[in-house]
Amino acid sequence: MATLTRVLGFALLALLIAVTPAAAQEKVKIGFITTLSGPNAAIGEHMKNSVELALDHLGRKVGGLPVEVIYGDDQNKPDVGKQVADEMLKRHQVNFVSGIIWSNVMLAVAPTVTGAGTFMIGTNAGPHQLAGKDCHELFFTTSWQNDQTPEAMGKYMADQGITDVYVMAPNYPAGKDMVQGFKRFFKGKIVGEVYTKFPDQLDFQAELSQLKAANPKAVFVFYPGGFGIQYLKQYAEAGLREKIPLYSVYTVDEISLPAVKEAALGQYETRYWSPDLKNAANEKYVGDFKKKFGKLPVFYGAQSYDGIMLIDSAVKAVKGSLKDQKGMIAAMRKADYSSTRGKYTYNTNHFPIQNFYLLRAVAGQGGELEMRIQKTVFENHKDSYSQQCGMK
Amino acid sequence: MLLVLEQALNGVQFGVTLFLMAAGLTLVFGIMNLVNLAHGALYMMGAYLAATFFQRTGSFLLAVVLALAATLVIGVIVEVLALRTLYERDHLDQVLATFGLILFFNEMVAVVWGRAAIYTKLPPALAGHVELLPGLRYPLYRTVVIVVGLAVAVLLWVVVNRTRLGMLIRAGAANRTMVAALGVNIRLLYTLVFGLGAALAGLAGLMAGPIYAVQIGMGEQILIQVFVVIVIGGIGSIRGALVGALVVGMVDTLGRAFLRPMLAAVLGPGAADNAGPALASMLIYILMAAVLFFRPQGLFPTATAR
Repeated sequence: MATLTRVLGFALLALLIAVTPAAAQEKVKIGFITTLSGPNAAIGEHMKNSVELALDHLGRKVGGLPVEVIYGDDQNKPDVGKQVADEMLKRHQVNFVSGIIWSNVMLAVAPTVTGAGTFMIGTNAGPHQLAGKDCHELFFTTSWQNDQTPEAMGKYMADQGITDVYVMAPNYPAGKDMVQGFKRFFKGKIVGEVYTKFPDQLDFQAELSQLKAANPKAVFVFYPGGFGIQYLKQYAEAGLREKIPLYSVYTVDEISLPAVKEAALGQYETRYWSPDLKNAANEKYVGDFKKKFGKLPVFYGAQSYDGIMLIDSAVKAVKGSLKDQKGMIAAMRKADYSSTRGKYTYNTNHFPIQNFYLLRAVAGQGGELEMRIQKTVFENHKDSYSQQCGMK
Repeated sequence: MLLVLEQALNGVQFGVTLFLMAAGLTLVFGIMNLVNLAHGALYMMGAYLAATFFQRTGSFLLAVVLALAATLVIGVIVEVLALRTLYERDHLDQVLATFGLILFFNEMVAVVWGRAAIYTKLPPALAGHVELLPGLRYPLYRTVVIVVGLAVAVLLWVVVNRTRLGMLIRAGAANRTMVAALGVNIRLLYTLVFGLGAALAGLAGLMAGPIYAVQIGMGEQILIQVFVVIVIGGIGSIRGALVGALVVGMVDTLGRAFLRPMLAAVLGPGAADNAGPALASMLIYILMAAVLFFRPQGLFPTATAR
């Protein structure tokens, strides 16, 4: 009899130990990875600020539970990103990993996170591998698949009857995706296609000299963040601005505009979002961001804000039981939250089906340049890889 | 033809930046027999200080003068505090100690300026482009960089070959002990040379600032290429540094520009897209290997290269 009580005692103790972490787990842990150093630290700062703003708006709770966000700096390097993710998974035991600007970093981090049975909520990079054959039920993104935005620009330029286009992008997975997407809808002639070194090339003078000699009728580029600032400045300094019209994706935005000013005036971009997009969630986000940080937000931030809101909607749907991943997947697939882009739906590969607009850099009231929506290029646009994804 | 000329200008522009770095490094190496890995840190300091002074004063010229003076002072302080004790140590100790200096400077910059890169704007007078030849538009700022770089090269040549200081520098390179025995304050000479090298690195950094981003670690990126320049040019030789820098600048730029189209003609566009950029970034190292194989002492060895 004494042994039985002892066994029972042990069993109780074991149960108690097993239960304790679950009780302590009454807190949502989110690991947010972005670039917080180097030429593109400005992007990371916008994303971090937007995450903080989302938490403010949610009353510092996610899905009704207390929340802890751990920020990590990937230094724009895949190996560092993977290391940071590993630390978040093992040491901090996060429930969600979110963020990631660069596609090459994402390709290293996403399989690590989903492989460990943890949610990966991307808020920028959308490499085609993750939309197609490498899609995963624990992977969601609040941004886009890389090809989608340049597809819209390719369509717009084709509709304008533009031909003899020179194409430039950095040599990494997103650069390749961007050109791929552009070509899918642009049917005119491409007279040159150049990939520059990534991520350390910030001087494009030699490539711009080649471009000038090729004398194209238009130029299409993808140079995000700090690369865009350098590219736009050097394009203007080389005297190309007034000679050859430049079209771009992810190059002219609220980060590069204040830095380059006139060197981007009048330039066209395509995008799924803009600060002047009219809907309640966006007005609240843009207004409060300006109030808190004294500048306009950028799409990187809007996506990161949405990422927290998406997580919030999922945790709410399962009433805070973070073990219920099936329930959270089902909830996220509904995209049932007020996104800054307005209502959108999820494709089977967990990439958004959404609108894409034509934007232009114009002088605002104060003389400051800002991006304004000109028209809708695509409505409810799907990415081109969802059929290759095994999920239904 | 204009394209080749323009690419040659791009090559020279990169080359003179390398030269300004290499000149100081090679002098320190040749005269003091000191391997200074922290030379890139001085380049970074030049860029950061110029960007800050430009923001504060609003005058680019004043910022340049202040930043040059400041890097010179920093150079002198580093020499007096840290490097003086290293002259008699072997090269491995010097490498370790100056690598420590790199870490120190990078962390200090992170503390003072933050980890985000700074993008400096050009003053309106230097923005835009000039028509160097009919049909050849070239960015004005880069033209200025080329002119300043070449002017400094001439000035250095005059100082080293035509002044008393230059004579001492050359003598110091040839035989330190003898110069000291003749009553020259060799310590002061070393400090001066190091300060001069620091100011040159600062000049390279502040001119490179608007072309690249002003960021932590910018010095290490260029330092690798500067070492290639010195190996090609010959350790301790200013002339070698100039020739080496121009050769490396030219090979790197022309490789980036023309290797891919040339390969495309031979291999087809698909293979060239992959092989071209990869091969172009290896070119200067291949060149260095070739120079080491045929002339291990470099193209212009100093008479007393050790």
